[in-house]
Amino acid sequence: MPFIPGSKTKPDYDVIVVGSGAAGGQTAYVLAAAGVKVLMLEAGRRYDPVSETPMFNTTHYAPLRGVATSDKPFGFFDATVGGGWRVPGEPYVVKRGAATTWVEAQDTSFPTEQSFMWWRSRMLGGRTNHWGRFSFRMGEYDFKPRQRDGLGIDWPLDYRDLAPYYDKVERLIGVFGSNEGLENTPNSSPGVLLPPPKPRAYELLAKKACAQLGIPVIPSHVAILSQRQDHQNIPKMLHPDSPAMQKALTENMKTRLACMWATSCTRGCSIKANHQSTTVHLPPALATGNLDIITDAMVREVSVDEAGRATGVYYVDKESRQDRHVKARVVVLAASGCESARILLNSKPAQFRDGLANSSGKVGRYLMDTVGSSMSGQIPILENAPPYNEDGASTMHMYMPWWKYQEQAAGKMDFPRGYHIEFSGGRAMPDGATFSGMGDFAGGSYGKKFKEDMRRYYGTFVSFGGRGEMVPNDDCYCEIDPAKKDTWGIPVLRFHWKWSEHEERQAAHMQKTLAEIIESMGGRVLSPPQLDGKKAIYPGGSIIHEVGTTCMGTDPKNSVLNQFCQAWDVKNLFVTDGGPFVSNADKNPTLTIMANAWRATDYLLEEMRKGNI
Amino acid sequence: MNSNPTHRLPRREAIKWVLAASATLSLLDLRAFGAAASAPKGYGLDANLLETYNPGDLWPLTLTDAQRRTATALCDVVIPADDKSPAASALQVVDFIDEWISAPYDPQQQQRATVVNGLIWLESESQKRFKNAFSQLSPVQQHAICDDICFAPKAAPEFTSAAAFFSIFRDLTAGGFYTTPAGWKDIGYVGNVALTHFDGPPPAVLKHIGLM
Repeated sequence: MPFIPGSKTKPDYDVIVVGSGAAGGQTAYVLAAAGVKVLMLEAGRRYDPVSETPMFNTTHYAPLRGVATSDKPFGFFDATVGGGWRVPGEPYVVKRGAATTWVEAQDTSFPTEQSFMWWRSRMLGGRTNHWGRFSFRMGEYDFKPRQRDGLGIDWPLDYRDLAPYYDKVERLIGVFGSNEGLENTPNSSPGVLLPPPKPRAYELLAKKACAQLGIPVIPSHVAILSQRQDHQNIPKMLHPDSPAMQKALTENMKTRLACMWATSCTRGCSIKANHQSTTVHLPPALATGNLDIITDAMVREVSVDEAGRATGVYYVDKESRQDRHVKARVVVLAASGCESARILLNSKPAQFRDGLANSSGKVGRYLMDTVGSSMSGQIPILENAPPYNEDGASTMHMYMPWWKYQEQAAGKMDFPRGYHIEFSGGRAMPDGATFSGMGDFAGGSYGKKFKEDMRRYYGTFVSFGGRGEMVPNDDCYCEIDPAKKDTWGIPVLRFHWKWSEHEERQAAHMQKTLAEIIESMGGRVLSPPQLDGKKAIYPGGSIIHEVGTTCMGTDPKNSVLNQFCQAWDVKNLFVTDGGPFVSNADKNPTLTIMANAWRATDYLLEEMRKGNI
Repeated sequence: MNSNPTHRLPRREAIKWVLAASATLSLLDLRAFGAAASAPKGYGLDANLLETYNPGDLWPLTLTDAQRRTATALCDVVIPADDKSPAASALQVVDFIDEWISAPYDPQQQQRATVVNGLIWLESESQKRFKNAFSQLSPVQQHAICDDICFAPKAAPEFTSAAAFFSIFRDLTAGGFYTTPAGWKDIGYVGNVALTHFDGPPPAVLKHIGLM
């Protein structure tokens, strides 16, 4: 029985993993494959995508026809359970606008005056249940940004260190895409990627338009099975030394079907065609018999012995509201960057008054998100196009990787780091808000004319979003609020946030570029480009690429972790989520979180084998 | 879809609730109706996603019978039947509009007073101009009013509020209509079916967009 109540834990475990998402799922998976006994603690409820996903349900019978609300900011059918920008009973603290006082975060939509937006989910599998599944590798430049432009922080590892782990993760989770050999946009090893789906009509139009602008448009990399995985060979490749995991993975891969090119991945996937920790990482790990999971377990702090070694964690059993303690040789935090930092800062034994693993004072520091700015346009050539099923993989089949590395290196740009462009549009399933504003767009039409107009305009809108790299700065960090506690009695986080001119200029550049693309498609922008970067940029945290806060480095004086995510101060304590990131390349972080977690866990296993931990 | 009357508040309660939720009422006197009924909750952060939900299932509806008659007539002025699809009322779009303006979420609550007041205004305008209920007017008479309010940027100053109402009401009518199977068919949404492979746009589409 791998899902256990808090009263049924073993006397002790080899490793406790806090969190069950991309990082926790990957970490526990690698540990279980190696025969290590793992206890996973998840703050949310148990969740099963196979039985809970509304696969073909239509907005017709959804509340408010499925539109986003404060309860479900990504729409009714979004897989997120118990979370969002606001988690009941678990506040966080921000500033609003120019105010200097701290207030509880309230907002669940944009625009917002909040200094930071913190997205959490409280469910098994965490945010992997609804993530965008864009799986872009960081490139060589991305690990050594300071060497390139003198800003930010270099990683204590480079692309070559992570490349084999990218291959492993892509093989394990299944990623479609292509190898284009573009600058700082790494190829996967041959045979790793699944074939990408064909582009949609609007994607082909964007590609043609971008060719005139010198912007590459290439197949996206997405963690969706465009075909079934090779269950005979991949398990052997990934786990040559673990027959048990080979068997467990083979069985799980057999249950994963290929995409049926329908229904949105953000709902989850009952046929396991996309990546969710709950369908990809956890089932084979559980099948080895080496993993126990306790859900509704809200971790408060790491316990430490007199020698300064981690001994386990204290958590609140949410159902009984009881405080419990579990023990292990090693503790791995994988609770999300900020939540892991919160646990460390709330762990204050006598010898670590400023928080655990925080002798550098860097826990909570260098919080980063992705720079986001967007623009929509209407494309007349798509009007009255013959209907066809354009659902596809529900997310983008094509994207635009950053294309101006050389201009930046030559000092020709007024911002240092790159961005890629994501886009969506076309003939997607309508929800209750799809046609909002269309009557006004059509000049106030109603009646039979309105129906004709809607036939003409449906499917002709395209939205573009720039997703750019932020340079870490001293003004962006989280810390423990001195007064406020959550409903579990755990002190909460408050967030400091300030974009620098690097990000603001980048956002303004995005606006200009996105307008150019729309116009090159023969389209018209729905609102003029916002060239004031301060206004063009989405608020911090809104892209939900929360990384930083437990930075890795080469020097214990200015970093929390070494290159293997091991705390300098506490040898048997690791952090494997987005926290160790010291830069946040424009490449969406989840794939790198998993690759980095796998590498860190391999190191952890080796240290355990050597008896060093 | 249904319009099960048991899901609806008693008329007086409904009016009270609508009015109490609005801070910007100009047409009626709040004081006559006393305190607000307690506000309902939303569906929360862990709703059953596999359930079928109908208007009135999650929170009580708002519109009175008279307002429903007005709304039904206006829906059909916005989306009448034609040779491709039925009128909005045939797809119970009014139930969706009522669900929307009754929802406990801020954006919907902000539109509630606009819609209810707009419907009240529409009735009084019909009586003023044609001495009859909006639902009883001829299409020519209905259009005479709607032409004055269908496009806010060009509406005369005295119709500013009514035009704001019409814009929201048209959005809601379209939102309710185009999320039904008949609405999908009308605009040519042909997805949400399982496929063994994704072929991309067919030749007719490629020709249409000049890529073949």
